Amino acid sequence: MNDSTVTPIGAAVRRKEDQRFITGKGRYTDDLSRPGQAFAYFLRSPHAHATIRGIDTAAAKAMPGVVGILTGADLAADKIGDLICGWLVTSKDGTPMHMGSHPALAKDKVRYVGDHVAVVIAETLDAAKDAAAAIAVDYEVLPAVADLAAADAGAQIHDNAPRNISYEWELGDKAATEAAFARAAHVTKIDLVNNRLAPNAMEPRAAIGEYDAGDEAYTLWTTSQNPHVARLVLSAFVGIAPEHKLRVIAPDVGGGFGSKIFIYAEETVCTWAAKKVGRPVKWTADRSEAFLSDAHGRDHISHAELATDAAGKILGFKVHTRANLGAYMSTFSSCIPTYLYATLLSGQYAIPAIHCEVDAFYTTTAPVDAYRGAGRPEATFLVERIMDKAARELAIDPAEFRRRNFVTQFPHQTPVIMNYDAGDYGASLDLALEMADYKGFPARRAEAEARGKLRGIGLSNYIEACGIAPSAAVGSLGAGVGLWESAEVRVNPTGNVEVLTGSHSHGQGHETTFAQLVSARLGIPIDQVSVVHGDTDKVQFGMGTYGSRSGAVGMSAIVKALDKVEAKAKKIAAHILEAAEGDIEFKDGRFTVAGTDRSLAFAEVALNAYVAHKFPTSEIEPGLKEGAFYDPTNFTFPAGCHICEVEVDPETGVTRIVNFTAVDDFGVVINPMIVEGQVHGGIAQGVGQALLEGVTYDADGQLVTGSYMDYTMPRADDLPSFKLGLTQTRCPSNPLGIKGCGEAGAIAAPAAVINALADALGTQDVPMPATPAKVWALAKTRAVRQAAE
Amino acid sequence: MPEIANTAAKVAVAMTVNGRLVSAELDPRTLLVQFLREKLLLTGTHVGCDTSQCGACVVHVDGAAVKSCTMLAIQADGMSVTTIEGLAGASGLHPMQEAFREHHGLQCGFCTPGMIMTALDMVARLGPDLDEATIRENLDGNLCRCTGYHNIVKAIGAGAAAMGAGAKVAAE
Repeated sequence: MNDSTVTPIGAAVRRKEDQRFITGKGRYTDDLSRPGQAFAYFLRSPHAHATIRGIDTAAAKAMPGVVGILTGADLAADKIGDLICGWLVTSKDGTPMHMGSHPALAKDKVRYVGDHVAVVIAETLDAAKDAAAAIAVDYEVLPAVADLAAADAGAQIHDNAPRNISYEWELGDKAATEAAFARAAHVTKIDLVNNRLAPNAMEPRAAIGEYDAGDEAYTLWTTSQNPHVARLVLSAFVGIAPEHKLRVIAPDVGGGFGSKIFIYAEETVCTWAAKKVGRPVKWTADRSEAFLSDAHGRDHISHAELATDAAGKILGFKVHTRANLGAYMSTFSSCIPTYLYATLLSGQYAIPAIHCEVDAFYTTTAPVDAYRGAGRPEATFLVERIMDKAARELAIDPAEFRRRNFVTQFPHQTPVIMNYDAGDYGASLDLALEMADYKGFPARRAEAEARGKLRGIGLSNYIEACGIAPSAAVGSLGAGVGLWESAEVRVNPTGNVEVLTGSHSHGQGHETTFAQLVSARLGIPIDQVSVVHGDTDKVQFGMGTYGSRSGAVGMSAIVKALDKVEAKAKKIAAHILEAAEGDIEFKDGRFTVAGTDRSLAFAEVALNAYVAHKFPTSEIEPGLKEGAFYDPTNFTFPAGCHICEVEVDPETGVTRIVNFTAVDDFGVVINPMIVEGQVHGGIAQGVGQALLEGVTYDADGQLVTGSYMDYTMPRADDLPSFKLGLTQTRCPSNPLGIKGCGEAGAIAAPAAVINALADALGTQDVPMPATPAKVWALAKTRAVRQAAE
Repeated sequence: MPEIANTAAKVAVAMTVNGRLVSAELDPRTLLVQFLREKLLLTGTHVGCDTSQCGACVVHVDGAAVKSCTMLAIQADGMSVTTIEGLAGASGLHPMQEAFREHHGLQCGFCTPGMIMTALDMVARLGPDLDEATIRENLDGNLCRCTGYHNIVKAIGAGAAAMGAGAKVAAE
């Protein structure tokens, strides 16, 4: 399959974008320079919680090379608005969430280590750093609130949030759930911590703000997954410039995983400051700043109970979760531990009654928001851990216990909003068990034991809600925006095509898969198709890339636009071929009069559309360019079964993943090579959460894990090669039948790994990350327990 | 742009970068990666951390892999530096670059230049027959957040084998 061929859906087409990345010609934000640019450095709070009594910048302003120093007072004087959270969650008593004020530069208080106190803009970054060191800030230090478990007893962080609570929310039927528990034969209880993670896209965040005084217009180059949303927020809420006077460009972006969805203080300040200092202002995070200030993920403490009857069927499920919001409510933070979490608590199972309470707390830590999976990994971890624990308590094989409770009829309405449209959970379980040689596990365990090693095997049957999302549905749940996607298909007179999409690509390979779709549909070689994204001046609007929505929603918008292109091209072809429009067939790139050999190539029709000599322009407008907005009719529901097999060395506590099998149902797959890559990366992040990663703050709110020396990233020798399989049920809610694949690995893997460790260690109390020290202690306890038995 | 008073004297440095002789007067604290990116505009070499852990900045200095965020430009004075931009020849991509594309060894592309430069160093040190365990162990200094390393490992194995086969053909 090469560039000059027509690429069918389902083919493993090699990526078009790779040429520039493998030759060093990528264009990431920090690779760009603007004439006359100055460099920004942010003075950050060294305290977790403090009142700012004063900021003296006089000495710093006199330092060599300083162009300007700006603080929260300057921001307020210019009436620049706060950063916002765009999803309103309402507490169970009917009160709206308490959103604390979040200025891009602190006004009177700092609320986490790394909070933004001032920006220094200078001729060089070193000069800016030197000057920042000369700023005197008079802090009155307040008590830190670093412990989520005790956040409500801590010092109040925001004036409008007593007990540091933003909202106390619930979902499901409490009475029905209590009734289910009242008739239960068995109740399984579990307490879990979902550890806090740092997203760690390899490209640190960066921004360049520029102001053109002639046009009175701003341009922001930024590391964003959704440049249009950034422009909307910076215009409509923060109030830097009207939308038509602000261009946001997200060029090549080096990974996001959610962390580049949000509108952060730094790009806000760089844009605003560009006019203040009359120079382009460039900022690039170093990794330490990224650890301090990128929005973190997860961070839940949960208690859950599962009620089962005497036949091992689930009767009810209740969950109480404390979720950490950090110091401020980031852009989508409120919906992550609520509508993207509790709505998935039914898992793959028919559960008649579910009730979930979520209390969301402020703490003096970095904001917490979406990170790969966003709420759904937390739900899967909880469901799949308690499923395993219940199976063991009931002495039923974990695979059989799951199978006994699967949803088997579709559509299936869960008690927690979601309506599952299609799936075959038994099929993915069966294939995964076969691929992982589940039956052969006891022999492998015995063999390992003979070598003094502990083997365990663990399942995780995840489900996620992707293709985010039907606009009216999310609107009714509090979303401040619609979650459709837009596309424009521009056919040029010479027959090649530009596709403009609101779906940003930062590793997902849209430049290939989207072009593949157009190539297949129009019957033109893939090298005749370009995909344009990431620039608000080029693409009219878009909601961006997250929630595995680019295929299901972004590509569906392209399909709609292609439908219109084809319809118009047929009209034009009919005139040229002197046939009735209804007699024109379009196949393999040719418009043919049905039953004849009279036909035109796509490129010939394209040329004629622009030449406009051969059809009445009073009836058909010249040109061939169509746009579409696609709003999904439902979420999509990718699901599957991941199985992890571990081997623990009880002498060292080191866990080795000896087998990892992932079987996924993503619906229709456009490019299996790219889909597999997404699964690999997701699994690695999930394994990272389970075994290696954990953001840690000390009692004073200082970040202990602030560099790669302290925060353990998965490396190549921490991971095996993965075994992947696919099952397929077509998604009925979008024209391509796509479900989405970007988050599955990160959602499924943690429970699979921890269930395997629980199996190996003979205990359900295995914390994440299960580092060698913790595993060693558990292995030791196991040995003592066994000796006693 | 106005000049800033700088107490440190500028130091002359000259080196060969991708076969071209370059020279400059630099602040002595300039890192090699800053010199490559900011002065020579060779922005294919990336900076992903500040503790010499991630390997996005790997280049070759006199044939050995070096994290260019951890070396001063003046330390490379008189030496020969190869960056990702120097790999592809007139005849096309280097076999290792081709292997990364063929095996989908990259997603966002940010770590990729460092990965490719490290892979070439691996082949130079260990030869073209690299098994999976060897590749994984020798990738210890390079972080990727997108791929889970699965396809990077495959790409390096295939790229190394292609280099070995190429060398054999050349020798015959």
